[in-house]
Amino acid sequence: MSGQAMALLIVSIVLVWGGLVASIVVLARRPENDHMPAGGEDTRVPDEDDRMPRDL
Amino acid sequence: MADQPAAAPHTHEKREHWSGQTAFILAAIGSAVGLGNIWRFPGQAYEHGGGAFMIPYLVALITAGVPILFLENAIGHRFRGSAPLAMKRVHRNAEGVGWLHVAICFVIGLYYTAIIAWALSYFFFSFNLSFADDPAGFFTADYLELGESGTVSLSFVPQVLIPLVAVWAIVIVILALGIHRGIERLNIIGIPVLVATFLVIVVRALFLAGAADGIEALFTPDFAALKDPQVWIAAYGQIFFSLSLAYGIMITYASYRRRRSNITGPGLVVAFGNSSFELLAGIGVFAALGFLAHEQGTTVAGLDNLAGPFLSFVTFPAVIAEMPGGQLFGALFFASLVLAGLTSLVSVLQVISAALQEKFDLHPRGGAVAVGVVSAVLSILGFGTTTGLYLLDTVDQWSNQLGIVAGAITMIAAALWFGRRGHELERHLAAVSTMRPGKYWIWLVNAVAVLLIYMFAEKTVSLASEGYGGYPSWYLNVFGWGTAAFLLAVALLMPLLRWRRDIVHFHAWPSRAQLALPDEVGERHSEDYDPKGES
Repeated sequence: MSGQAMALLIVSIVLVWGGLVASIVVLARRPENDHMPAGGEDTRVPDEDDRMPRDL
Repeated sequence: MADQPAAAPHTHEKREHWSGQTAFILAAIGSAVGLGNIWRFPGQAYEHGGGAFMIPYLVALITAGVPILFLENAIGHRFRGSAPLAMKRVHRNAEGVGWLHVAICFVIGLYYTAIIAWALSYFFFSFNLSFADDPAGFFTADYLELGESGTVSLSFVPQVLIPLVAVWAIVIVILALGIHRGIERLNIIGIPVLVATFLVIVVRALFLAGAADGIEALFTPDFAALKDPQVWIAAYGQIFFSLSLAYGIMITYASYRRRRSNITGPGLVVAFGNSSFELLAGIGVFAALGFLAHEQGTTVAGLDNLAGPFLSFVTFPAVIAEMPGGQLFGALFFASLVLAGLTSLVSVLQVISAALQEKFDLHPRGGAVAVGVVSAVLSILGFGTTTGLYLLDTVDQWSNQLGIVAGAITMIAAALWFGRRGHELERHLAAVSTMRPGKYWIWLVNAVAVLLIYMFAEKTVSLASEGYGGYPSWYLNVFGWGTAAFLLAVALLMPLLRWRRDIVHFHAWPSRAQLALPDEVGERHSEDYDPKGES
C-alpha cells in the first residue's frame, strides 16, 4: 500500500474512531448536566398501559 | 447567584420514554446506521477523491451533520411531539413541515422493507451459495424475475413476496410493543450484534488475498478532486443522508427522552458512531472488492457495481462465491444487512406511527397496526412484483434525494427564519446539556440551509431536464413526480384535519423566562445567557 493511502487510512481512523471514543469518554465522565433549571420532572408511564393521555 | 425564574407549570405530561441515555443512543445509532452506510459511503468515497474525500467528509460531519442533528434533537426534546406536533409548536403554520417528514417516511418505508426482504432471502441463499454460478443473472432473472424497464406489472414473485410479508409482520410487532419494549429492545440487542458481526466480516476480509489493494484503491488520495465543488456536495450529501437527518426521525426519537436529559453529548456519540460504522464498512467492502479483483485478474477500477443494491446483491455474492468459507461469510454479511435495515426501518415507521397516535388519539398498538397494514399492502403491490426494482429506483430518487432535502430546508426555515426559535433552541440545549452548542451553531445551520437550497435546485433541474435512469417520461411523471406530488399533498392537507388529542395544554420546559427570553417570540432580548444561572 502506498504511503499516501496508508497515511489517509490512519488519519481517518484516528479522527473518526478517536472522535467516537473521545465523545463516549466525555459523556461517561459527565453524563448529565448538574445545573439544570428547576422543574421538568416527567411522569412515569406504567409498562402495562403506555397510552398517552389527552392532556399531552 | 441570580434569582432563578419560576419553573414552568406542571404539565402532567405522560409520554413514552427511553429507559435511559444508553438506550436512546443505541436507538439513534440504529436509525442512522443503515444500508446506506454499507453500500453508499464506500462508493461515494471511491468516486470522489478516494482518501482525499475524508477531508470534506469530516468537515461536513462537523459543520452540517452535528448542527442539524442538534437542531432536530432540540426541536423534538423541547416541543415533545411527533414531527407534525413538534413543528406546530415551533410555529403555528409549520405543522405541514412535520407531515412532509411523515410522508417521506411513509414512502421510504415501502421500499426499504423490500430491500431488507431481499437481504433476508440472500441470508438463506448463502448456506448453499445458490447465487454462485452467475450472481448478476441470479439476482435479476432468477430471484427478482425482473420484467421490462419502465413498465408496471402485477405479476407477483413468490420468493420476494414471502420474505416481504415476513419483514412487515416483524416490524408491526416491534412497533406495537412500543418504544421501551419494542424499538429499544431491538436496538439494545441488535446494535451490539451488528457491530460484532461486522467486525468479524471486516477482519476476515482483511486477510483475503488482494485486500490491501482494495483498501489502497479506497484511500489513495486525489487531492485535485478537492477543487471540484461536486466532491464537497457529495460529502455533505453523504453525511446528510447517512445520519437520518430531516425526515422527522431524530425529532420523534428525541421527544421520547425525559425532559431532564443531556442532548448534545449523546448527539456527538451518535454522529461519530454512525461515521465510525461507515468507515468500518468502507474498509471491509473494499478489502473484499480487492480480493474479487485479485481472483478475476483485474483491478478494483475494473470491477462493475461498486455501490448501491448491486454492490450488495451482485458484487458481494461474487466475492462470497470465490472465497473459502463463503457460506458463513455470506450469512454474516446478509444478517448484518437485515439488522442494519431493521433498526433503521422501525425508526422510519415510528415517525408515522407517532404522528398518527397524536393526531387521531390512537394507542401505540393502534398506530403500529394502522401504519403497518396500509404500508404492507402498498409495499407488496409495488415491490413484490417483477417490476419492483424499477419502481424502487425511481421512487428513491424523488423521496430520498429530493424530498429529504426539501424536508430539511422547510424545517430550518420554520424553526429559524419564520419561527425565530434559534436562540430559544440554542439556550434549551445549553440549559439541559453538558456541552453548549455556542452561537456559531445557528450560523452553521443557516449556512447548511443555503447549501441545501442549492442542492435541491440542482437536483430538481437535473430530474426535470434530463429525466432519470433512462425510464420513459410517462413513468417518471407518474412514479417520480407523482411521489413528489403525494409528499406535497400530505404536507398541505393533513394540517386541515382536527387534532383528536388535546395539544393546547403544553408548556415547554425550561420556560422562556428560565432561558432569559421574553414571553413573546421575536421580542428583543439580552444576548447574555448563562445556563448555570450565575450571570
